[in-house]
Amino acid sequence: MIKSLGDIVMTTTEATLEGDDRNFTINFGPQHPAAHGVLRLVLELEGEIVERVDPHIGLLHRGTEKLIEHKTYLQALPYFDRLDYVAPMNQEHAFCLAIEKLLGLEVPRRAQFIRVLYSEIGRILSHMLNVTTQAMDVGALTPPVWGFEEREKLMVFYERACGSRMHAMYFRPGGVHQDLPPKLIADLLAWCDQFPQKLKDIETLLTENRIFKQRNVDIGVVSKQDCYDWGFSGVLVRGSGIPWDLRRNQPYEVYSELDFKIPLGKNGDCYDRYLCRVDEMYESVKIMRQCLEMMPEGPVMAENNKVVPPRRSEMKQSMEALIHHFKLYTEGFHVPAGEVYACVEAPKGEFGVYLVSDGSNKPYRCHIRAPGFPHLAAMDYLNKGHMLADVSAILGSLDIVFGEIDR
Amino acid sequence: MEDLKDHIETHLGEAISAANIINGELTLEANREDIIKVISFLRDDPICKFSSLIDICGVDYPARARRFDVVYHMLSMAHNTRIRIKITTDEIVPVQTITSLFPNANWYEREAFDMYGILFNEHPDLRRLLTDYGFEGYPLRKDFPLSGFVEVRYDEERKSVVYEPVNLPQEYRSFDFMSPWEGAKYILPGDEKAEEG
Repeated sequence: MIKSLGDIVMTTTEATLEGDDRNFTINFGPQHPAAHGVLRLVLELEGEIVERVDPHIGLLHRGTEKLIEHKTYLQALPYFDRLDYVAPMNQEHAFCLAIEKLLGLEVPRRAQFIRVLYSEIGRILSHMLNVTTQAMDVGALTPPVWGFEEREKLMVFYERACGSRMHAMYFRPGGVHQDLPPKLIADLLAWCDQFPQKLKDIETLLTENRIFKQRNVDIGVVSKQDCYDWGFSGVLVRGSGIPWDLRRNQPYEVYSELDFKIPLGKNGDCYDRYLCRVDEMYESVKIMRQCLEMMPEGPVMAENNKVVPPRRSEMKQSMEALIHHFKLYTEGFHVPAGEVYACVEAPKGEFGVYLVSDGSNKPYRCHIRAPGFPHLAAMDYLNKGHMLADVSAILGSLDIVFGEIDR
Repeated sequence: MEDLKDHIETHLGEAISAANIINGELTLEANREDIIKVISFLRDDPICKFSSLIDICGVDYPARARRFDVVYHMLSMAHNTRIRIKITTDEIVPVQTITSLFPNANWYEREAFDMYGILFNEHPDLRRLLTDYGFEGYPLRKDFPLSGFVEVRYDEERKSVVYEPVNLPQEYRSFDFMSPWEGAKYILPGDEKAEEG
């Protein structure tokens, strides 16, 4: 029986010990459907038992941090869309928070609601991709087809807000780039009404599915102590029963005013992580609906001419606005010297930006703390002693995206 | 946070040279030799309890005598606090690894080594992490050019991937945003000796 797509493509490369045909070294990837991108795992096997995993990463390394050092703050922002390209706006959010912290910039309330709204859309985008591809890794082909339909609708909402399906550049220092049109808000509400039912449909395929449970329950168990030692965050921590969510514990924007639950797992295995993600999607829809209902009228960008570019209509009237526009799009704004660490609860965990400014218009150093990085670093630890077929199940439940790990 | 700062200062004493709270973030400047002591104290002390290592990264200041900062970020889920520890080093002097305290430091230190060439003492597996197999140089150092030194392409004739020196059809445009009113000195061609005369 073929257990997963992964099993077909895996190829044996060499037997490590001569005469002993039970020890294998296997290349998993870099082009492998279950590797979630360009991951090369060098697996050392004893029969079918995994003895050592050596992930080779960096095949998608684009030097984002180096590039950011050579760009103005606004020009650096789009690089964040390209990190975790499954939930682009959540990344921008962390960078904007870091800049705003250094500048001491207040974000208008309406913009805060829009940011939360679109962060939650990003969370659903990411979880929907992960839950369904995790199912695909263990052999189920229907969930991705169902799930991607909803993702497609959400990406249309991205497009209607900022003009682009994925690489949004919508969150800007000081707010968001454009206000949402009323029709979009109505359509988002209508989407929120129908989505829980769609999610329930997908759950009927997976949650009680015998094969899915056999492949995921008690696989890749993460204890509470592991979470601390390995620096895990996000669903990996919550799946093991630690109530830790930055939206609740270190609230930013308007999360403290919203009513939502933090789903927790019990056993910390792949199945609990799946359940956490599904429940988080239900909660995200609740947050979205609250945002849409509570959103006040008002500006979506801070009133600070030295950071926020003027509106087009102002530029037609005001000489000063024209000068500001020219200065902000050539030289950019200067950020006071200092260093900050700003983080958000991205779908995959704690996404942080460590920003060092020297007072000029370009970041002196911008280190990106990607949540997937420590998760993937623990691959060796998590897989040791598991069967070969579990590697793709564990990898799927870690929610790995190479854009952010390789940077 | 002030209390936490005082607590750390009294217990670590000589091991840290400064402790500041800026932008609501607590930053310790530690001595390089004492990094194990500092990190293990912060992890195990019941008042600190920084049980998770969030991040390790390097920062390059080429003008300084010890050009690199190694920056550690830690998080205490129990007390909901964060802390940043900074130490300084240079290209030659190694930093003691903290993989024995936090296993995930392994990859963070490999990344710092890969990007800056910061050496870590007693690291179990100090290989390059993100750059290409056989890569030379340390790309995040300030003296490493943005374009790098080699470019790679598939050669149809040799039927293999080849590495060649970078050839840019257009020079990278790095603008100088200092204005003469803010103190930039523009020396026009031919004016080099004007000051002397």
